[in-house]
Amino acid sequence: MKQIIPVLKREFYGYFRSPVAYVFLVVFLVVSSGLTFYLGRFFDSRVASLDVFFSMQPWIYTFFISAVGMRLWAEEKRSGTWELLFTLPIRVLEGVLGKFLAGWAFISVGIVLTFPLIFTVGYLGDPDWGPIFTGYLGSILMAGSFLAVCSFTSALTKNQVISFVISVVINLGLVFLGWSVFTNFLSFLPPSWVDAFSNFSYTTHFNAFTRGLIVFKDIVFFLSLSFASLLLTVLVLER
Amino acid sequence: MIEVQSLHKQYGSINAVNGVNFEVNRGEILGFLGPNGAGKSTTMKMITGFVRPTSGSVLIDGLNVQDHPVSVKERIGYMPENGPIYGEMTVEEFLIFIAEIRGFDEVTEREDKIDRVCDLCRLNSVRHQTIETLSKGYKQRVGFAQAVLHDPPILVLDEPTDGLDPNQKKEVRKIIKAMAKNKAIILSTHILEEVTALCTRVIIIAKGQVIADESPDSLMKRNKQYNAIKMGVEDVDLEVVRQSLKELPEVSSAEINEGAVEVYPKNKQSIEALVLKVCRDNEWQISHFEKTPVGLDDVFWELTA
Repeated sequence: MKQIIPVLKREFYGYFRSPVAYVFLVVFLVVSSGLTFYLGRFFDSRVASLDVFFSMQPWIYTFFISAVGMRLWAEEKRSGTWELLFTLPIRVLEGVLGKFLAGWAFISVGIVLTFPLIFTVGYLGDPDWGPIFTGYLGSILMAGSFLAVCSFTSALTKNQVISFVISVVINLGLVFLGWSVFTNFLSFLPPSWVDAFSNFSYTTHFNAFTRGLIVFKDIVFFLSLSFASLLLTVLVLER
Repeated sequence: MIEVQSLHKQYGSINAVNGVNFEVNRGEILGFLGPNGAGKSTTMKMITGFVRPTSGSVLIDGLNVQDHPVSVKERIGYMPENGPIYGEMTVEEFLIFIAEIRGFDEVTEREDKIDRVCDLCRLNSVRHQTIETLSKGYKQRVGFAQAVLHDPPILVLDEPTDGLDPNQKKEVRKIIKAMAKNKAIILSTHILEEVTALCTRVIIIAKGQVIADESPDSLMKRNKQYNAIKMGVEDVDLEVVRQSLKELPEVSSAEINEGAVEVYPKNKQSIEALVLKVCRDNEWQISHFEKTPVGLDDVFWELTA
């Protein structure tokens, strides 16, 4: 597993070797804050919390993380560099984990850079710091799952656009399953079925984090979804 | 040592590689020839563990590529076709990445390795340049440098001189030849002159099968023109010359063509001395005398067309 480090380092610095990373970070921060303040009416809520900010995140991640993740393997396949990578003495799993962890670290940088929002609520009122901390923790965990799904879809093709579209569809589906509008639409089904569906959703498992709760099954959900997606990535690449 | 045993690769209904067998020992440079789509690159990809064979096996120093992929890849230096390299990195960053993956964790050792390959491949002037800004020749050299960075006992080079200018080709060939003493090297190429200049053995592959496995010299002997002589004489009827030469037991045939006599030996043996002796005995004035130049082109054409 030692070989994960060079892959991780190359991939992580690789983001910053092109302007794409900076464009991504700026747009991500502008959109995250913009949606919080304008669409979420942050000031109108008159509550010193980041609930509104966190509630937007699954929707933002659906597009932004798919954009980061689409190049993970599709670009390597298109340029042929995966042939070079997998003829070096590393296991496919090490390559997959190295690239995934680099992408996750990069997205985490973006998430952490939203810290001025924390200062804003701290300045405006007396927030409960617990849910803010757990919200960020959950957000990073959830981002990992989004990215792992993208890693899998990216391994399926050498076309980044196809990878982006498939990952948006899958991730959007996993957001929808826990969205109240969607679950209300399923009210003709027995409640246990609706619960079962919504248990496969990012939002269902993320909600507890935003309320200040770290629930074991939520952590297991995000980690197992990431693990399963990465395992599928390995299987696709080894095929 | 590389041992390829009954290697098959099937893509859907297409047999890309169909029962390929051969061995390459240390000190050998094996030229891998074949028309486009013959299965050369697929075979190389299976040797390096990138593509999984449908059946058959590849052993590197006795280790099966499928069972011990990491140990095998440690022993191989591979330069893929068209040199796919991370273009956004500088040459040095890229070589550091390769060195780290190859397990050279100590900084001084890593720097020594990188200095050595930069000297060997003359990359010092572009060391801090981004790879995507380099010319094709330099990119090929970077690809070559990463393949030899760890001084591997096995080298697999897929068209290493493709796209290089004549001087660069000469340089890369010189490097390969200099490294050949204690390595088993496989190189694929379309350039037949490269095979005669570099290789100790040639394999021709067509439609996924090995159709020739011999030294460049013996492959050359398959050419009808091998050791044939073309000569002209002054003031003598060419028909008389032709008849005299044809009667020699070492000569298989003699023909008159474009004002010259072409003499073909039996068993591709050398007949220059013999023909010259006949000329001297008959006191013929030789106007020109040449050994017909032969290349692998005709042999390659005959075998693969």
